[in-house]
Amino acid sequence: MKIAFTTSGNTLDAPMDGRFGRAAGFVIYDTDNDTFEAVDNRQSVNTAQGAGIQATEAIVRHGANCLVTGHCGPNAFRALSAAGVRIYTTSAATVAEALEAFSAGALATMKSADVEGHWS
Amino acid sequence: MIIAVASGKGGTGKTTVSVNLARTIGSGVQLLDCDVEEPNAHLFLPGREKGSDIVTIPIPLVDESLCDACGECGRFCRYHAIVSFGSSPLVFPELCHGCGGCALVCPRGAIREQGKRIGVVETREADGITLVQGRIDIGVAMAPPLVRAVKETLNKDTTAILDAPPGTSCPVIATLRGSDFVVLVTEPTPFGLHDLRLAVDMVRELAIPFGVVVNRMGVGDDRVHRFCREQEIPVLLELPDDRRIAEAYSRGELVVDALPEYASHFATLLWNIREFRSAGGK
Ligand code: SF4
Ligand code: SF4
Repeated sequence: MKIAFTTSGNTLDAPMDGRFGRAAGFVIYDTDNDTFEAVDNRQSVNTAQGAGIQATEAIVRHGANCLVTGHCGPNAFRALSAAGVRIYTTSAATVAEALEAFSAGALATMKSADVEGHWS
Repeated sequence: MIIAVASGKGGTGKTTVSVNLARTIGSGVQLLDCDVEEPNAHLFLPGREKGSDIVTIPIPLVDESLCDACGECGRFCRYHAIVSFGSSPLVFPELCHGCGGCALVCPRGAIREQGKRIGVVETREADGITLVQGRIDIGVAMAPPLVRAVKETLNKDTTAILDAPPGTSCPVIATLRGSDFVVLVTEPTPFGLHDLRLAVDMVRELAIPFGVVVNRMGVGDDRVHRFCREQEIPVLLELPDDRRIAEAYSRGELVVDALPEYASHFATLLWNIREFRSAGGK
């Protein structure tokens, strides 16, 4: 299973970014062999609209089935749901902490968008 | 002749110039209010409503029974308004620009178009002036197609004034494109000059002759005038910082009606526009 974390860095101790579409990037963690890769999200950050959709395409392209983030807008939510990506929310400070909480089953899944468009 | 009235920012007196210029030209003129987010020319020219047309843009409708989830449509759309994740695609109507491209590239012919309403075009008749204004629906962010719908009513045989939205973004460009002359309205302040520079760059990019109206003369300094002199941009009209003009505006009255001494100002503006039509700032 691959989990995408929204972050402003590219390592496990990097800080989490609460936004999805406009996060600087993602750390995609593979639980099957405990490896990860960093994915740049700069092109979505700079689009006027549809950033959440573009970000969804990016993490799906890298095989993510789960997303751990802070918040998620309506367009991103629709896109993620259609792509079969489960969404978990956290307020953890770093990717490592968020991963730990995820592994412990302590994160809630998101059932609907929790912020207006443009925010994500 | 098509005269567009624009300004680098809101609140410089663009509408004042548009409506008074229309009144000065008089019977037969068309005034097109292209500020579709906030049309306000009708406040000065209420007249009587002659009709209203709904404007739509074509957005894709996917026939899932024909779609094989190839994803071509999503790869084509640069606005991310249609996207496929290995299944028949999702459409995000509020991001769609109605370009029709996805339907063209779909190899299975699975995409049809359906109209999505973005606003209305209203026509009014006020003392011989035909006022056409676009009004975008709340929550719709797609102004350029509505501006183009307003401009479809242009009558080539008469003079038309286009009141552009403020700023230098896409809806402004959609308004200015194809006009014969642009009047840039500004104020003689540092902010006014800053926004004027941006507007001048935009109009030069479009290669349309233009000139400047300086509104509220007396409030600032002479930098706007110096800039115009250096850049060889004609100053078509100066309007003083007369509080009676602001009062007429707030009552919804035309300056040339409420303060007849200004009629000659706008007549001069019109004369200057005609004069500089071929020799305006470049
Ligand atoms: S019509 Fe154009 S903008 Fe709209 S979804 Fe299709 S390709 Fe994208
Ligand atoms: S291009 Fe046509 S067939 Fe391919 S995913 Fe889009 S709608 Fe389906």
